[in-house]
Amino acid sequence: MATSLNRKSSKTRSTVRRFRVSRFVFASIVALLVFAAVSPEPSAAMAGGVPSGSTVNAAPAAPSANANTPASAISAPASAGKPDTPATSAKSETPTAPAAHKDTCLDCHSILPEPLGVTAEKFAEDIHSQKGLTCAGCHGGDPTTDDADKAMNRKAGWKGKIERKQIPQLCGSCHDNPAYMRQYNPSLRTDQLAQYHTSIHGKRLAGGDTKVAVCIDCHSVHDIKPPSDPRATVNPVNVAKTCSRCHADAATMKPYGIPTDQFANYSKSVHHDAITKRGDLSAPTCTTCHGNHGAAPPGVDKVQNVCSTCHVFQAQMYEKSSHKDAFNKANLPGCVVCHSNHAITHPTDAKLAAGPEAVCMTCHTKGDRCDQARETLLAGITRLDDAIKRADQELALAEASGMEVSQPRLAQSQASDALTKARVTIHSFKKELVDADIQEGLKVAQANLMAGQKAMAERNYRRVGLGISLLAIALMVAGLWAYIKEIESEEPQEVMVKGAGD
Amino acid sequence: MTVLAQVRSWLDERLEWDDLIAPLRKKTVPRHKLSYWYFLGGMTLFLFGVQVLTGILLLLYYRPGANEAFESVQYLVTQVQFGWLLRSIHSWSANLMIFTAFAHMFSVLFLKAYRKPRELTWVSGVVLLFLVMGFGFSGYLLPWNTLAYFATKVGTEITGQVPVVGRPLMIFLRGGEDVTGATLTRFFGFHVAVLPGIATLLIAIHILLVQRLGMSVPPRVESEWTVNPSARREMKFFPNFALRELMAWYVALGILGALAAIFPWNLGVKADPFAPAPAGIKPEWYFLFMFQTLKLIPSKIWIIDGEVLGVIGFGVVALLWVLLPFFESQETSRPKKWITGAAIFALAYMMGMSIYGHLAQ
Repeated sequence: MATSLNRKSSKTRSTVRRFRVSRFVFASIVALLVFAAVSPEPSAAMAGGVPSGSTVNAAPAAPSANANTPASAISAPASAGKPDTPATSAKSETPTAPAAHKDTCLDCHSILPEPLGVTAEKFAEDIHSQKGLTCAGCHGGDPTTDDADKAMNRKAGWKGKIERKQIPQLCGSCHDNPAYMRQYNPSLRTDQLAQYHTSIHGKRLAGGDTKVAVCIDCHSVHDIKPPSDPRATVNPVNVAKTCSRCHADAATMKPYGIPTDQFANYSKSVHHDAITKRGDLSAPTCTTCHGNHGAAPPGVDKVQNVCSTCHVFQAQMYEKSSHKDAFNKANLPGCVVCHSNHAITHPTDAKLAAGPEAVCMTCHTKGDRCDQARETLLAGITRLDDAIKRADQELALAEASGMEVSQPRLAQSQASDALTKARVTIHSFKKELVDADIQEGLKVAQANLMAGQKAMAERNYRRVGLGISLLAIALMVAGLWAYIKEIESEEPQEVMVKGAGD
Repeated sequence: MTVLAQVRSWLDERLEWDDLIAPLRKKTVPRHKLSYWYFLGGMTLFLFGVQVLTGILLLLYYRPGANEAFESVQYLVTQVQFGWLLRSIHSWSANLMIFTAFAHMFSVLFLKAYRKPRELTWVSGVVLLFLVMGFGFSGYLLPWNTLAYFATKVGTEITGQVPVVGRPLMIFLRGGEDVTGATLTRFFGFHVAVLPGIATLLIAIHILLVQRLGMSVPPRVESEWTVNPSARREMKFFPNFALRELMAWYVALGILGALAAIFPWNLGVKADPFAPAPAGIKPEWYFLFMFQTLKLIPSKIWIIDGEVLGVIGFGVVALLWVLLPFFESQETSRPKKWITGAAIFALAYMMGMSIYGHLAQ
């Protein structure tokens, strides 16, 4: 009875399990179908980098025709990723992985002279090439045939040299497509084209000026490297030089009537030093303040916002200062008034003084209320700076004398921090705020100075002690010598001679 | 009867004191133009005494362990009254002791004092010199500062190059694969217990042999005295020589005090095992000639690793050095010249390599 029941329940369990499995499979298929139906974007899985659902690119028109739609975006990479003709690939609904395929373009173009020549080595350096895209990805055509007429047939989608005004749209056909880009680099932004349209470059291009920068002017072409590559023209180290190719060229800039000294000025700046000498890639270059794809000069009233992305505390202090309203009213560009824009040098206390580097007196009158306030602030900063230097000197002297002063040495950094803080607080131009930082620093510096002086007093005490000890030792040695001489003079001479004393 | 005489009489009744010190009363020391070299051994002994005394006092404050060692030494030199002097004297005295031990060894070598019947005095002395270097190596790590940490790392790595036993020996010294807190406690044990025990025993044997066999007379002086017996001069060990030795000790004390007060031994920065090794790390001066030699040996000589060959070479030389008296001629009047040549070469090599190592980047 029990055995029969067990067998029955075992059969039931098996039926239930089968039902659960088939229900799960059914539910999965339904879910996939629903997802495919409602998804507004092509599936992430694409053939050779081709967004799926690419039925539209049967006739691979220039991306500019309807470049903002994902469908048109597909036309270029479709042919790149698959060896089929664009027409064939367009019909393909089943995405497949990029396959090794014949690419005859380089057979000729690698031996052609510039501007038609692109060597295989050069193209191998290109990030697109490394990701499996081929010439046809941008230029269209059929790279699988050895017949040049068939390969470069405009009717079959070959585009030839891309016109400058079409370049942003062509690049954007992929880079503007999040679903497409996700498969290569999910964290890569896809708003470059939209930003470009808002930039001065983009606006002018739309207005018909083809001399302005388009994608390839900054990113180069056929050997495009990711910005993280130190060799890339858009790597933070190289950005300024890339921009300067046009912006430092007087002939190119002449029609626009804008200055060409930005790069020369930037090269002298503290930001340039940080990025090139200290290797600090977070230091600002052209694109940090002007934007990259949406490049435009920041408005006069927005300068403070740009600088404050890094100089947060200075901006907070500036918010509290009376200069903010005054500059706004006079339509003066905030931070730039005192620090300039491209040629920002390391700020020194001399900026607050009355010498040639002074900036206050360019607006203020000598002896006025603000000038007096300036003098008070400068005196406070100078006092703390001097106190730190004095303590440093004393501690260095004590250390050179072998005294253990590592703790006050370490504490000196607190005084230096207070000085840095005071120099930041200066941007508020409020005496009480700056004084608080200065007093804090003075307290620490004074304590460290005293520690150094104490160490030197201890050193002197040791030396006096040593002098007395050495004198006592010298007396003892002299006494012993005198005693030895005395006892030896009393000894009979024969003791000194071997045998005589035995 | 004075108090001193009463004490002496009291001791004599119980210990037969007069008989005990009778050999010292009789003992004489040769007196010639090179007699001052005799003071070096005593001076080394004096510095060893200073080490024992200051070492015991340092033990009152020192705490072995990676988290405490540096702080305890820092506390000693900054907070404890005369703590700085204690540590400084211990460090300077260690260096001076190694210097006087080397000087003593070379003086014995050049004055041919190792000859029969003093072979065992030489052997015990050379082993003592190795022990003193072991004291230096183990003691250097104890403050647990950056330089000490990396010097120990390099030093124990070289030990690991010894064929067959090298790696087990390195792991034994380090107390594991790396230089850690375990190495520190281990080195502390060697420094304050193992080495002092062996050294005290060897010093006792060494001094006993010196007292038993007396001071050696250099061969040239000996032959002069043989030709002209009336030129032979001696002085009583006690008090004449002992008082002179005492003068030398006072001079050593003065030099030690001056060095400790004018150049207090630097504490450095606490060791950080995760920090990169400082550039141009070098061992203490007494290991520098070996370190520089190993640096100069090519990485491969034929099929043998250069460093391994260097370590084996130093091992062989050390062994031959210990056994040196046994290569010497039995005839006092005809000492072997090559030994003097080897001694001059060894001294020049050690000095040259040390200077080169000091100046090299």
